[in-house]
Amino acid sequence: MNQWNNFSKGFIKDNPVFVLFLGLCPTLGVTTSAFNGLGMGLATTFVLLMSNLVVSIIKSLIPDKVRIPTFIVVIASFVTIVEMVMEAYLPTLFEQLGLFIPLIVVNCLVLGRAEAFASKNNILSSIIDGLGMGFGFAFALTLLGAVREILGSGTLFGLNLHLFPLDSDGNPITMLVFVLAPGAFLALGYLIVLINKLKKKIY
Amino acid sequence: MAKKESTFTNMVLTLFVVTLVASSALGFVYKLTKEPIEQGKLRKKNEAIRTVVPDFTNQPNEEAYSVEVEGDSLKIFPARKNGKLVGMAVSTFTNEGFSGEIKLMVGFNANGEINNISVLEHKETPGLGDKIEKSKSDWSTQFNGKNPENFKLKVKKDNGDVDAITASTISSRAYCDAVSRAYNAFKKGVKNESVE
Repeated sequence: MNQWNNFSKGFIKDNPVFVLFLGLCPTLGVTTSAFNGLGMGLATTFVLLMSNLVVSIIKSLIPDKVRIPTFIVVIASFVTIVEMVMEAYLPTLFEQLGLFIPLIVVNCLVLGRAEAFASKNNILSSIIDGLGMGFGFAFALTLLGAVREILGSGTLFGLNLHLFPLDSDGNPITMLVFVLAPGAFLALGYLIVLINKLKKKIY
Repeated sequence: MAKKESTFTNMVLTLFVVTLVASSALGFVYKLTKEPIEQGKLRKKNEAIRTVVPDFTNQPNEEAYSVEVEGDSLKIFPARKNGKLVGMAVSTFTNEGFSGEIKLMVGFNANGEINNISVLEHKETPGLGDKIEKSKSDWSTQFNGKNPENFKLKVKKDNGDVDAITASTISSRAYCDAVSRAYNAFKKGVKNESVE
């Protein structure tokens, strides 16, 4: 397979969030701001990359019947490592993402790529697949987070955009619903429409 | 390389080796990150204490003790300057929040005036209840310099002296509840100090 296609498929063609609908729980949960989305996306990318790498290295050593438990152990180890390192060196981000970091273990995207791709392909392809899918996931989360942050808080990456009129207390009148849970579904729905439209144009 | 067959020994061996490698890797990272994690937590606590009480020269974290208030135990961090008590930071909480527990660090001057308050943890609605945070709104500064002895820690709707956050009466009420709990702990703490 052409490695460039292998890498770029994660962004639009097979985007984990907008096209494959994998890993929607953290997607809807953490994307209250672009920064949170990016942090979660990069954490998942690291886990995806490492688990794809390790799974493709050990694939021929693993008996078929115990491959799923083995993959889960590999993924869970990397998630725990990410969690501990993040708590030690990025405590602010860790507090924001909180519960969602351990949940990467059960993110079907990670196990899905290990099972469907890394256990059948060579090391290089698996690394590239992990990176492509991971960045695609991070891209989707950042985009969704950015849309929700702009509409819901009037900021982007914490920078005030001065888009909304101010109320009598000097606070901007924003569309609060977008920061709350229903807004996640609304924003995701419209983004999926846009991405599908874009996909039809490209492919 | 041919795929290993799924015989019993193969499966047991594989899982054993995989879990062994995984657990030793985790143990290694745990050892590596243990200290920065603990230091980060300690630093955060010290910072919270520093922002809410007047200047001090002692180690409030090491002199901390607990007092019982209405069946809950609250932690008090006494701040001293050259041995003299200048204030107390009280780590307090409330369960009345709109979405669960709110944790505050409330600082009092030695005479009982509220010096400053900082929010340690909350899950209030973004954009509404989260205005209890200093970074979101200056609502919480209305408590500074007030003595709960003659400043009723209740929102105006409940015949108190506190201006509630617009559209977040529940969060404001919860905040007041936590602060008055802290004040009760402070009174007990001061009593302890004078006995010593």
